[in-house]
Amino acid sequence: MKKVKVLGSGCAKCEKTAASIAEIAAEKSVEITLEKVTDAEQIMSYGVMRTPAVVIDDTLVHSGSIPHRDDIESWLN
Amino acid sequence: MLQIFTWLADWLVYDLAGLSATSKAGDALHFFVEDVSKIFALLVVMIYVISLIRASLNVEKVRDFLAAHHPGAGLMMGSAFGAVTPFCSCSSIPVFLGFTSAGIPVGVTMAFLLTSPLINEVAILLLLSLLGWQFTLLYILVGMGVGIIGGFILHLLKAERWLQPFAAKAYERARNQSLSSAPAPDQALTFSERHAFAKDETRDIFGRVWKWVIIGVGLGAALHGYVPEHWVTDYLGEGQWWSVPAAVLAGIPLYSNATGVIPVIESLITKGLPVGTTLAFCMSTVAASFPEFILLKQVMRLKLLAIIFVMLLMAFTLVGWIFNFLSPYIL
Repeated sequence: MKKVKVLGSGCAKCEKTAASIAEIAAEKSVEITLEKVTDAEQIMSYGVMRTPAVVIDDTLVHSGSIPHRDDIESWLN
Repeated sequence: MLQIFTWLADWLVYDLAGLSATSKAGDALHFFVEDVSKIFALLVVMIYVISLIRASLNVEKVRDFLAAHHPGAGLMMGSAFGAVTPFCSCSSIPVFLGFTSAGIPVGVTMAFLLTSPLINEVAILLLLSLLGWQFTLLYILVGMGVGIIGGFILHLLKAERWLQPFAAKAYERARNQSLSSAPAPDQALTFSERHAFAKDETRDIFGRVWKWVIIGVGLGAALHGYVPEHWVTDYLGEGQWWSVPAAVLAGIPLYSNATGVIPVIESLITKGLPVGTTLAFCMSTVAASFPEFILLKQVMRLKLLAIIFVMLLMAFTLVGWIFNFLSPYIL
């Protein structure tokens, strides 16, 4: 089970990022826990300056935009 | 070159729709067709080109650069970077914290964050195509000036005192170390990576602003066709000192319509709205927004937030008055 966190202050792009990760995970029937992190202090602790950012199993894999489908698929594999 | 959009509007409105050039409806529709087609074409082409050029510039690089320089130079550079670095306003909290936890003084960070929304590619493009390069240049200079002077005042006030405790702690920690974070990796981008970035940016920005262009130009066209010339000069002309602060206050709730406001302004300027009042309104619309300020509460104490907000409103009002006073001599 992968632990996925979407970092961002709840803007539209962060919502879309979380939604598309959930959708692709369901499609590929990969089990994940999805958490949205909106707290500024926690976001800072990952050293992220551009949101939305994606953290998988506590490693930062992406920041600054809605990730592409290919990227999401490669993270979930 | 921009002439073709006038011809397009001539052909569509006068020839195809058969409206008269002297009728109010024909005049308004012509304004609408010309501006919408012009703005859409310019947005797509120019955002793509600009994004292609600045694909490799990001906030991480700016942070490393500013952290390595003296605050004095940092204020100027911070403001200049704010003008050209692509970054979504929804990222302003993480950017603020990223800069602060790298030991960059709040004044320098705010020079970056204040200039950034004032000078953005969409606003500049619209100003350039609708109001000409003189007004645009003036706007850029004043925008950077507001960022630099605002940042300097915050620096003098030692604004770090009024950060939220966790942010203040991160700042102190970084100040006591020589170099806090590892520098951002410097990878050269291939053309196809630049193209992919530029395509995403263009789609994203255009998708966000196209409806505001239509609303803004629609309002501008209605003003253009139906509001009599003397109304603007009578009620909002240079004689009325209060029209500048009124324009600044009116700009605050209009934030999300930044793109829509410029076509309205174009139409007001041609009706005789003074240049200073226009600048003040434009800047207040683009930079002073309540929702954004409330978000900053996560990292700043209320006192600092209030100081910055009042400072901005005063700055825009002063800009308005100064330019209204000077405009007979410079433009």
